[in-house]
Amino acid sequence: MKEYLLGNAAIARAIIEAGACVVTGYPGTPASEIVEYVAPFSSKYDIHVEWSVNEKAALEVAIGASWAGVRAVAVMKHVGLNVAADPFMTLAYTGVKGGLVVCVSDDPFCHSSQNEQDSRCYARFACVPCLDPADPREARDMCSYAFELSEELELPVLLRPTTRVSHASADVEMGRIEGDRAKAKFLKDPARWVMLPAHARPRHSMLLDKQDAIKTALANVPWNRFVLRGDIGVIASGIAGLYAEEALKQLEVDVSVLRIGTFPPPEGLCSEFLVHVTKVMVIEELEPVLEDYVERLARTYNPDIEILGKRTGHIPREGELDTFIVRNAIADMTAQQSEVVLSLKEAEEILPPRPPSLCPGCSHRATYYAMKKVFGKDAIFPSDIGCYTLAVRMGTIDTCLCMGASITVASGIRFADEERDICCSIGDSTFLHTGLPGLLNAAYNKANITVTVLDNSTTAMTGHQPHPGTGFTASGDETKAVSIEAIAKVLGADFVETVDPYDVNATIECFQMAKDHQGLSVVIAKQLCEITARKTGISRKPYRVNKENCTGCKKCVEFGCPAIEFEEGCARINSLCTGCGVCAQICTSKAIEVLE
Amino acid sequence: MRTSICDIVVVGVGGQGVILLSNMIGKAAVKAGYSVRGAETHGMAQRGGSVVNHIRLGCEFGPMVPVGGADVLLAFEPAEALRHAHFLSRDGIVLVNINPILPTTVTTGKARYPALAEILTPLQGLCADIKSIDATELAFKAGNPRTMNVVMLGALSKFIPLREEELIKSLSDSVPAKFLEVNRRAFELGKREVEL
Repeated sequence: MKEYLLGNAAIARAIIEAGACVVTGYPGTPASEIVEYVAPFSSKYDIHVEWSVNEKAALEVAIGASWAGVRAVAVMKHVGLNVAADPFMTLAYTGVKGGLVVCVSDDPFCHSSQNEQDSRCYARFACVPCLDPADPREARDMCSYAFELSEELELPVLLRPTTRVSHASADVEMGRIEGDRAKAKFLKDPARWVMLPAHARPRHSMLLDKQDAIKTALANVPWNRFVLRGDIGVIASGIAGLYAEEALKQLEVDVSVLRIGTFPPPEGLCSEFLVHVTKVMVIEELEPVLEDYVERLARTYNPDIEILGKRTGHIPREGELDTFIVRNAIADMTAQQSEVVLSLKEAEEILPPRPPSLCPGCSHRATYYAMKKVFGKDAIFPSDIGCYTLAVRMGTIDTCLCMGASITVASGIRFADEERDICCSIGDSTFLHTGLPGLLNAAYNKANITVTVLDNSTTAMTGHQPHPGTGFTASGDETKAVSIEAIAKVLGADFVETVDPYDVNATIECFQMAKDHQGLSVVIAKQLCEITARKTGISRKPYRVNKENCTGCKKCVEFGCPAIEFEEGCARINSLCTGCGVCAQICTSKAIEVLE
Repeated sequence: MRTSICDIVVVGVGGQGVILLSNMIGKAAVKAGYSVRGAETHGMAQRGGSVVNHIRLGCEFGPMVPVGGADVLLAFEPAEALRHAHFLSRDGIVLVNINPILPTTVTTGKARYPALAEILTPLQGLCADIKSIDATELAFKAGNPRTMNVVMLGALSKFIPLREEELIKSLSDSVPAKFLEVNRRAFELGKREVEL
């Protein structure tokens, strides 16, 4: 039976069908839905599904399960693999027992990320195989195969979908869910699992020796294949292969095609292809991983071949590709007319920008309003990764580097002897992810800064996943809810206050005390995410503007809530109002009142 | 040479139900036996930002409709129609809900929202036809303003190779039973709007 499945759902389906016993991850676009799709099956198939506190924890939990002999998966976005890189690199030495798939979604074009790093480089760095699916069907099939390959090689396998695979949908055949699952038994083997130098050295040799076995295993997989036509060729990896195939069909040109779905690429197939062509274009997103490989191979098999790609400027090294870009690149190579985009420049100039913004009624906006009131625009506001980064236009986001970096960057700015006030902000999930060591570091090293935890009791940006502060697990079971306030105190902050950001005066007062405090102060601005509130049935009466009192001062408009508009000299509150009441407190003319 | 049977681009603003509607079309198409490819906007862009989804019926290639290839541009908001007009094929059509949603850049006075004519005039030169639909008003008429996307689905049903009953089935599978009637009314109103 076929179903219309999201790429991430197709991967999740393969994970369930393959009999994985432990599935872990930390939410991150474009990977989040994988764990979410598996979660409802946890009790039926006895799968331990967890949102881990961060990607390092996720991978290590999955490693433990694999070493105990069962199939396991760790899911994360590309930048999550940086957090998990420490276990990932040494895991290649120890290897695995139960099949272990590390599923890492890359995000070319930074649709929802702070960078667009290419995870294939990590696979090469760690000397482990990587599978690069072109679409949801391949993602599904590759995920199933990845467990087998992992067990055959006793190595972790990196499955690397991109945004346009994870968040693409297609008709996908549903498979059978295996009833039998391996029974866990951890076998003690210190030379294998204890990476002391004396054990690590021989394991490194063994990893290098395994490289030939990887090549042999990947030599005949169906995702590497070619069609030989004319003596001009295209070699394309992952989704770029689909763009190339479509472009060639549209252009109706006689070009040979080699599609690659694995790293390392298959030497036999590649060399056969290189011998057949005189000119070749290598098409892949982000880093020239395949292109470098082809360059190296060509020195042996066809030194005179002309190779076009990123090095020659034919294919961009940043952003994502699409059929249009690839079609023009191929047209250029085959001396055909490139297609030009319809010029819409003049039309587009009249369009107002529509950047994503904080929701109407979002408490983060209220927190930042109070923060700015107290600290002023000259203070320094390091921030972090989450919905709140969208508040950049409020002037309270001065830095955003990576998960958890707000507190540490703030500390560094202070230790550099910057004299102005420093108030950083970090979300609740991000604080629990990697903010904790940063706060401990700040306390230990005596950073004189204010840390604001924007606690909306969820991981909002990625789709409202639970975290240790919420009291619920990934599968919806109740669990201990940790107190951010208690954590902040125990990590060494001596000023810790919790405040409701919808109460503007109380929040201003709280920030004032934090600012006056000499040393490390922590303000926890706690209020439910507006989307969660709506879903759980919390409804407040909306507000309206009493035109008689409105002076047109625009204080409320400048607050930036999408529910507040301005027309004919007066503010107006539209139907998006959630009734948070913050604008009514900001208004100095008592013009905003509850709509009865 | 064509590389799909029908290419649809659905655009709107985060929260208007673009993803939900795209999924209804995709599921109906799979039931009808088509190979289907789709691409969605998730994550950061959804927070009130510009959202664009692609659905390709009878396609074995990438999930995104190539620039200049859309047979139908289904726009839930007029500015978003123009913003994504480069996807349109010369032979394509635009179905556009004429009700603007003002971005915060406009509500805070930093940018101006153009008059409807300023948006529709440049669109006219780019494609075969434009159907302007007051979908928000029709959704009110159906009984729930949130069915605007289903009004647009009703209109779309006249221009894509899927049978009405297949789309209705998909609709029934996607909305809670108690909202089915209002959604069916919305579908019908949207369909009638383009039949006139």
